[in-house]
Amino acid sequence: MLVRVLMLLSFAALSIAAHAETPQDLLQGWRAEARAQSAQFAGFSAERGRSLYFAQPADWSCSTCHTNDPRGGGRHAVTSKPIKPLSPLANPARFSDAAKVEKWFKRNCQDVLKRECSVVEKGDLLTFLMSQ
Amino acid sequence: MTLLRKSQIGRVSAVFLCVALWSAADAADLDEQAWREECSACHIAYPARFLPAASWHEIMRTLDNHFGVNASVDAATAEKISRYLAAAARPASRTQAEPPPLCITETRWFMHEHDEALAKQWRNPKVKSAANCGACHQDAEAGRFSERSLNIPK
Repeated sequence: MLVRVLMLLSFAALSIAAHAETPQDLLQGWRAEARAQSAQFAGFSAERGRSLYFAQPADWSCSTCHTNDPRGGGRHAVTSKPIKPLSPLANPARFSDAAKVEKWFKRNCQDVLKRECSVVEKGDLLTFLMSQ
Repeated sequence: MTLLRKSQIGRVSAVFLCVALWSAADAADLDEQAWREECSACHIAYPARFLPAASWHEIMRTLDNHFGVNASVDAATAEKISRYLAAAARPASRTQAEPPPLCITETRWFMHEHDEALAKQWRNPKVKSAANCGACHQDAEAGRFSERSLNIPK
């Protein structure tokens, strides 16, 4: 019995670990959320995403650390630690884990915009990255 | 007693004990893993032994403004990291500073280890800051800081 319970538990853990998102999955989820929030939502925009990527309302913009080319590697502005490319086209590990994506949006939107990003802003930004 | 004979009870208890010990070791590993993953995202994972538990406690409490950057983590991850830090922190000294130091580079032992001559090196653009351990300590990422692995950039 114990062995069977342990086997079941490890199977459950494995299936959780194996679960991964794609940028398309994330966009689809955010699109549904944006539609639910507003009937006026007319889709994500790479152009708005570009403006957001380069916007610097205070100390930093996304490009401060992720550079002007999100397909290339960057460097942390404070610690100089190398940062792997942000674009999923250059780095397939990006935007493949919803929890990680939300964690970094929460942090970096606070750093750059001093507030959380809206679901439309997240979708715009990823659409911009996928268009590069 | 009708279902299990005495010898069986012994065997079952042994299995339970093994599973309990194994789970405890596993939980500690998961705590360390969470610490390493989260705390090395923006800088090297500064060894827990460099600050006392009170310092780490304060750092974990203020992650939403972590040296000017938002480094917040979800509650479950924070719990794991805090548990690891509390277990691996530097033992509290009798003359502990109040409030606890939040920068490793401001502790007395750090300043003692890095005298003024070395401090000049931190202005080197290749080093940039005293917090960039890896610029000189080649094995900093692995938590090793021996003089043998020291290589100060020119």
